[in-house]
Amino acid sequence: MSLQKELLNIERSDVKESLVSFKNFSIGKTVIMVLLYIYTIIQLYPLIWLLLFSLKDNNEIFGGNVLGLPHNWLWSNYSTALTSGKVGIYFLNSLLITSVTIVFSSILISMAAFAIIRMKWKLSKVVLNVFLLGMMVPLHATLLPLFIVLQKMNLLDTRLALILPYTVFAIPMGILVSTGLLQSIPRELEEAACLDGCSIYKVFYYIILPLMRPALSTIAIFTYLHSWNELMFANTFINSDEIKTLTVGIMSLAGEFTTNWGPIGAGLVIATLPTLLVYFILSDQVQKSFISGAVKG
Amino acid sequence: MNAAIKCGLGGNVDRFLGDRKAICIFVLPALLLFSILIILPIFFSLFYSTLDWNGVGDGIFIGLKNFERLIISNTDGFTKSIKNSFVLAGLSIFIQLPIALTIALTLARGVKGARFFRTVYFVPVIISTVVIGQLWMKVYHPDYGLLNILLRSIGLDSLTNQWLGNAKTALLAVFIPIVWQYVGYHMLLMYAAAKSVPDEIYESARIDGANEITIALKISIPLIKPMLRVCVIFATIGAFKSFDLIYVLTNGGPMHATDMPTTLMYNTIFVQGLFGYGSAMAIFVIVECFTFTLVIQKIFGKVNV
Repeated sequence: MSLQKELLNIERSDVKESLVSFKNFSIGKTVIMVLLYIYTIIQLYPLIWLLLFSLKDNNEIFGGNVLGLPHNWLWSNYSTALTSGKVGIYFLNSLLITSVTIVFSSILISMAAFAIIRMKWKLSKVVLNVFLLGMMVPLHATLLPLFIVLQKMNLLDTRLALILPYTVFAIPMGILVSTGLLQSIPRELEEAACLDGCSIYKVFYYIILPLMRPALSTIAIFTYLHSWNELMFANTFINSDEIKTLTVGIMSLAGEFTTNWGPIGAGLVIATLPTLLVYFILSDQVQKSFISGAVKG
Repeated sequence: MNAAIKCGLGGNVDRFLGDRKAICIFVLPALLLFSILIILPIFFSLFYSTLDWNGVGDGIFIGLKNFERLIISNTDGFTKSIKNSFVLAGLSIFIQLPIALTIALTLARGVKGARFFRTVYFVPVIISTVVIGQLWMKVYHPDYGLLNILLRSIGLDSLTNQWLGNAKTALLAVFIPIVWQYVGYHMLLMYAAAKSVPDEIYESARIDGANEITIALKISIPLIKPMLRVCVIFATIGAFKSFDLIYVLTNGGPMHATDMPTTLMYNTIFVQGLFGYGSAMAIFVIVECFTFTLVIQKIFGKVNV
């Protein structure tokens, strides 16, 4: 797809574009820049306000100093949120569940995609389409049946109650992202490996898996964002504070500290920090993942 | 050496790639989990939707009565929640997408710092909706919220409001964060599409004397129509399925003013314990999403011809 090729050039053309166009009229250019900066404020200001009030006490938040920098930088909001607000526990739970989900789904997806695209068997097309149809299924439709299945398996209120559904819901998108890449690998690779007497498992592990790295990073990004941010399953399948994830945990934190905004703000910032960190390190990769997900879907 | 000869004769590469045991080992784990946790539940949902069942004991088969109660003789506000989801879809298509399109085309036509703007506008998309919801709850807080404080500070005390508590403003108040959060997503998709249009097309249009607005209307928009279709589908389906932000902000209240099909379904199943009736709602949402995807594709298909 030419679109995909173009995406690889986005950065390069960003440099070029700033030199080439809009050189003709500068008033229009200024207006456009002002509008773009105003929109930047609209997108970012609520988040900056959050960061500021997470460091203030109620006096400042509720009247004294609503908009400005904190007079006293109240870092204790963060320790309150982490300890008595239990955000520390929720954070570790989210981290654990998200990491295990990423590992599980990457393994399952790469193996299945390899066999579907690279190996020869009659039903491969059918199985591929079954997986891809999964993209159409909304989470809500499976909520109650999953609840009952997990209840019957005695998995409710355990971490597996989230890891299993999160892993499975990552499969359709993951297979979709992998197919294009796997199709582009030359067939000669397996033929040569076969000639050398290599086993099919070694072909997968030593040859195909390393080549799938770009697809796997897209899968990891999607799976991270989905599991880290998911609310409905987490809210329904988990009850105990000890295994709650951040999304549900934040809800109970907000319920407990209703009038004490500082620690709530701190909790929200802690929940968001890893995502922002990942995004600012990998922002191009994250954006490309979203584009390739949409283009293929 | 042996293997080499066999492969050289052909056939054995096929056998190598047709190894049934290996195929099973590779595919079955994913396929089994997928069947148990995604495919079976859909059939279960379908089955539950025909039952009068509160989760305890066996349900009683009542055929399509749940759907009749849902659509024809509805009393619990489901029709109202459908209406709400259409309002959100409308807002997404007619406000969110045009904003995203304008920004995307502007950035794609070359602006200093396009990469910076693109990166920043996308930030809300990746943040958890629970965080966004809690944050906007504080923005809307009647006494200490950002919005009312700003209104007071510019002397518009009369406009201050219990944004989420007032049935008249609550719907718009919960929809604004949803629209706000995903502008960056559509912007990114449209930007990528506009970038994939070859520079030569833009260049020759400019040589012919076309201004930027003409270029946008006559060249960019028609050429990125496939991506616009994707965006319209995502925006519509997203509106029908939206749950998180509404659940966090109002949970459908006050007085069902902000109920969406999904929040109503959630409360019907897990608060009222009406498993069968709630499942009928879930099925309705799936069918609705599926139908609208097809309809939108049809509409865009016709435009193309």
